Amino acid sequence: MQMTATLDGASVKRRGKTILGPITHDLAPGGITIVLGPNGAGKTTFLKVLHGVERLSAGQVAWSVPAAEAQKSQSYVFQSPIMLRRTVAQNLAYPLQLTGTPKAQIQTKVQSWAAKIGLADALDTSAPRLSGGEKQKLALGRALIRDPKVVFLDEPCANLDGRSTKEFEALLITAKSAGTRIIMTTHDLGQAKRLAEDVIFLLGGQIVEAGPAPAFFADPQTAQARAFLKGDIVE
Amino acid sequence: MNDIWAGLASAFWLIVTLDPDLVEITLRSLRVSLSALLIAALIALPFGTWLAVRRFRFRRATIAVLNALMGLPPVVVGLIVYLLLSRSGPFGVLGLLFTPTAMIIAQVIIITPLIASITHQAMRELWAEYHDLLISLNTSNWQRIRTLIFDGRRALLTAALAGFGRAIGEVGAIMIVGGNIDHATRVLTTAIALETGKGDFALALGLGFVLIALALLVNFAIHVLSRTEREGRW
Amino acid sequence: MIRALVLIFGLVTHAAQADTLRLAVTTSFHNSGLSDVLLPAIKADIDLDVQLLVVGTGQALRLGEAGDVDAILVHSKSAEEAFVAAGYGTHRREIMYNDFVILGPDTDPAKIEDQSTAEGSLRAIAAVQAIFISRGDNSGTHKKERALWQNAGLDPATHGDWYKEVGAGMGASLNTASGLNGYILSDRASWLNFGNPGQLAILFAGDPELFNQYAYIPVDAARHPHINADAAARLEAWLTSPAAQTLIDGYMIAGQTLFTFNASPTSP
Repeated sequence: MQMTATLDGASVKRRGKTILGPITHDLAPGGITIVLGPNGAGKTTFLKVLHGVERLSAGQVAWSVPAAEAQKSQSYVFQSPIMLRRTVAQNLAYPLQLTGTPKAQIQTKVQSWAAKIGLADALDTSAPRLSGGEKQKLALGRALIRDPKVVFLDEPCANLDGRSTKEFEALLITAKSAGTRIIMTTHDLGQAKRLAEDVIFLLGGQIVEAGPAPAFFADPQTAQARAFLKGDIVE
Repeated sequence: MNDIWAGLASAFWLIVTLDPDLVEITLRSLRVSLSALLIAALIALPFGTWLAVRRFRFRRATIAVLNALMGLPPVVVGLIVYLLLSRSGPFGVLGLLFTPTAMIIAQVIIITPLIASITHQAMRELWAEYHDLLISLNTSNWQRIRTLIFDGRRALLTAALAGFGRAIGEVGAIMIVGGNIDHATRVLTTAIALETGKGDFALALGLGFVLIALALLVNFAIHVLSRTEREGRW
Repeated sequence: MIRALVLIFGLVTHAAQADTLRLAVTTSFHNSGLSDVLLPAIKADIDLDVQLLVVGTGQALRLGEAGDVDAILVHSKSAEEAFVAAGYGTHRREIMYNDFVILGPDTDPAKIEDQSTAEGSLRAIAAVQAIFISRGDNSGTHKKERALWQNAGLDPATHGDWYKEVGAGMGASLNTASGLNGYILSDRASWLNFGNPGQLAILFAGDPELFNQYAYIPVDAARHPHINADAAARLEAWLTSPAAQTLIDGYMIAGQTLFTFNASPTSP
């Protein structure tokens, strides 16, 4: 079953300043949604609100399942990967250990995911010693190992070279094909065009435009989106 | 200078002849301080980590109190434990005064704040690094504490060793609650105080060198056993 | 690691011990070294492990009052009598005596070697304001010293900077006296066993005023039921026995007899 989300007047204020919202929006049910927007548009806050780790000042986010269950079936990949000071294998195993998965099952899953992310030979390497690209792939593997229904990614390729980005995108496509809902922010318009099925364009904490990707890129409806796609600085 | 040479010579003879009294008080020193360390670590490591992880109303006040307790004068701790454990004190029925157990209690009180405070400092940094991930993974408080303790074990080892160093070198409190009874509660530091009192500086210094050597040895042994310096694992 | 710990703990934790008795004694008694002779003999003769708590007379009496020791062996007659009168001890039994000596720099700036009484010596020291080290710890020796000042018609509270209360045991005080090259009142035994004499020497001794009576007081088991009264009684019997007399009278340091056994053979 797909998980869908509805934001109802959701807004986040910090020290009297509105960072996000109020947003009222129905999230598209499946595929890959790319969240676009300039720096400071509230993209990260938007992801965290959906993930349920950001405190709302007003409004609410409702998933199609109860909140506790919703967060358990989600995972999050950060812009700079957070590596536990452990081996690659232990990093992959960690989310499974938290939920009390049997050891044998953890072992099998770790092996299989290590192979998928190309780190099968590095299982015993200390994770903080990996290269940037390897770290981000490990972070993605760790995010996917619990078979989440939804994965949030916050600028995951911002610090990666071309080859690593290519491998990373391939992993994302595979995950999507397996039915995982992907919601991702990016600065890279090329990447957005390659991956997006659905676009949300944020500006000043508000959704300015949202809809299917082909239409958005071909014929943006708002002046701000047109300017952004053209490469202008929008405020 | 003569006294120092005499002390070195005396330490050398005590060790090469495996003086039975020396062996006995050395083992007792180790037993008391390692027991105190074990108990204090069981309290202080989770507590210090918990302080780093949890946000609650009196957190800052708690940390301030903890840091103040780090500087507790051992003599005062000794006196209070003494009065509590005395036969005419509230815990007198336990009959613990002038036993190694009383010394362990005093040392636990002295080193727990120290270990907890160093733990808190170290864990605060690690928590800042792990915070977003552990929140996102929907971990419980206990899971967070366990993860931080496991991944921060190197820093915690340093905290524990600092606690051990303070315990093994402590004299004021254990002198009062232990009574420095020969063959019962005499340890290296109280023996040193006793010999100094007798004016036997050479023997006192000899015992002092044994104490220093012991502290170094324990530090080294713990590092080797836990493979701190081994590449890759940490 | 675990095995090493178990080994350490096992070695130190002795198996079942013989009967034990806690005895509070003064530093001066312990520093004399006599206890090193007596304790093994006690163990051999009556199979009793005596655990010595080496403290000042003041603290020894407090330990007895609190019931933290089974008996005390101290040397401050008036305080001992008050202790028994208040019901903390069953009775006071005199065991032996030694003597106090006045030590000072061998140049003897106060010329106390020429004096015939302890009071005269103290007055001479006060007259030239030579450095004088006082225990200042309310111990038996300290009490003795204050009584001597009183007999000399002087009040230590009015002394100037030359009078230094160190608040420490006999050995530590002797260390201070040696370092400052000052006068000090000490029991002879502590002095003879002291390893750091510096320029100090015995300058005055022999006045009967300076005799130092040791007495044994069992703590009253009626007040503190956990007291090992039986062991305390056995120890008293041994301390007043001919075996103890032989060891006490025969104990010598540097060829000098330190203690004189004077216990009456029957309990008072």
